[in-house]
Amino acid sequence: MNNSKTAWACVALARHSNRPRTKDIIELICDDFIELHGDRYYKDDPAIIGGIGIIKESPVTIIGHQKGKDTEENIKRNFGMAHPEGYRKALRLMKQAEKFNRPIINFIDTPGAYCGLEAEERGQSEAIARNLFEMMDLEVPILSIIIGEGGSGGALGLAVANDVWMLEHSIYSVISPEGFSSILLKDSAKAKEASEMMKITPGDLLNLGLIDEVIKEPDEGAHLNYELLGITLKEKIIAQMAAYSNIKKEELSRLRREKFRNYGHFKDNNLKV
Amino acid sequence: MIGKLFKKHKTIEIKNIKTTSRYNDISADMYDKCKFCGDIIFKEDLIKNEKVCPKCGSYHRLNPRERINLLIDNDSFQEYFTAVESSNPIGFEGYEKKIRSYQNRSNEKTAIVTGIGKVNGMAIAIACMNPYFMMGSMGSALGEKLTRLIELATDKDLPIIIFTASGGARMQEGVFSLMQMAKISSALKSHSNQGNLYITILTDPTTGGVSASFAMLGDIILAEPKALIGFAGPRVIKQTIKSELPKGFQRSEYLLEHGFVDQIVKRKNMKSFISRLLRIHQVGI
Repeated sequence: MNNSKTAWACVALARHSNRPRTKDIIELICDDFIELHGDRYYKDDPAIIGGIGIIKESPVTIIGHQKGKDTEENIKRNFGMAHPEGYRKALRLMKQAEKFNRPIINFIDTPGAYCGLEAEERGQSEAIARNLFEMMDLEVPILSIIIGEGGSGGALGLAVANDVWMLEHSIYSVISPEGFSSILLKDSAKAKEASEMMKITPGDLLNLGLIDEVIKEPDEGAHLNYELLGITLKEKIIAQMAAYSNIKKEELSRLRREKFRNYGHFKDNNLKV
Repeated sequence: MIGKLFKKHKTIEIKNIKTTSRYNDISADMYDKCKFCGDIIFKEDLIKNEKVCPKCGSYHRLNPRERINLLIDNDSFQEYFTAVESSNPIGFEGYEKKIRSYQNRSNEKTAIVTGIGKVNGMAIAIACMNPYFMMGSMGSALGEKLTRLIELATDKDLPIIIFTASGGARMQEGVFSLMQMAKISSALKSHSNQGNLYITILTDPTTGGVSASFAMLGDIILAEPKALIGFAGPRVIKQTIKSELPKGFQRSEYLLEHGFVDQIVKRKNMKSFISRLLRIHQVGI
């Protein structure tokens, strides 16, 4: 992995206004795709889209955060910051995928789950928690790919997967660099310094063993060449789906649990002697 | 004699203590100012009242040892996983020093105490988070201790009871702390699949990554009165929506009204209430 770009440059590219969004990627990799709306409880959240489609003759369920391309669309999609109904729609579609034995592909691109009054009122915490809990048990493969910003719990709510990949210029973090700098560095203007400390780039996270693969982007960033990104991603996804097809149902959930069970870095004084 | 005198004057004001010679003999560590009503209260009275202010009824935060003493039968608590401590996974400057200073201050190794004990004779696994230890923030060590406890409870078919108190994920550990949300939820799923009972008691404060994972996954979710419970903190929400928040927003009563909490239980009733829940679930039979 080429680490020559600074973390801050990675943050800038991850947030680039022309960066391919979930919908663009779906168009690039799917032969057919039908969007399905709504969580069946409250409403449809435009910040998370989902549906069913075909990739090289195989049915899949695809879900992803959807940011806008311009201000108007960004307002409609709340800049990719989902409300509880977004996470509940995602879970509904994932359970549906399990019923019909379709693999699930999640695209992650969010600054974080929305921090608003109504989000709290409708149980943002419960919605995310429920996804973590239920996704562990799903007996279909889950592949999550961070394509832009992987913001904290809002990202994790779609990232309890068998494999987690990151595009070369995406980020994955527990809090935004701005939040980190204002809370821990006591200076909101130090987001750039914060980003370098936080270990949020694909290279850093791969080294720490917290993600499984980094997908190389074309040229100087995916925003410059959608086609090429699409070809790379499609190839990788098809190969991964083929690999999953050899794994037994129950095994998929067991492997997913085992993966998350091992995440942690701590001292165990009993193991020292 | 002097002690007797003061028990009659529980509402003395600070200025009296300073100026009246009769009160000079009271040492400063005998009384405290209630951070809610501002009144002076004798520490002894506060402790006797399970740290609920005898004047205004506000709930002062408890540390894990105090929680365990209130809930678990005498001498039945056995602590587990005390050897697990935080490391510095992303090499954040000053983190080890910060941990050490909290360890020294609290006499605890981590922000959670985990173990097995009995409630009116019924065995349970219990975890209590410590709001006084880096605001109960969840890092890898906390996640590991809690996961091991849930695994132990699954193994032994024990109910698990968690008192949550946390500002959320521990930022100093980067994505490692985020992953604890998934790790703990996964362990709870296995515990649940075996038909075991999980009760959460949300105490002040329960926010962020703790709220958005195990706090909200209880079969039964209880809360102490007026605890702050939410995904985002009120300050962040205020900044986001750029307007004032309604009174009582994100408090236990608000969550009860919106359907996210089963019951609000007073501290003095907590043991008997949990005991009833355990009995209905036929624990220990």
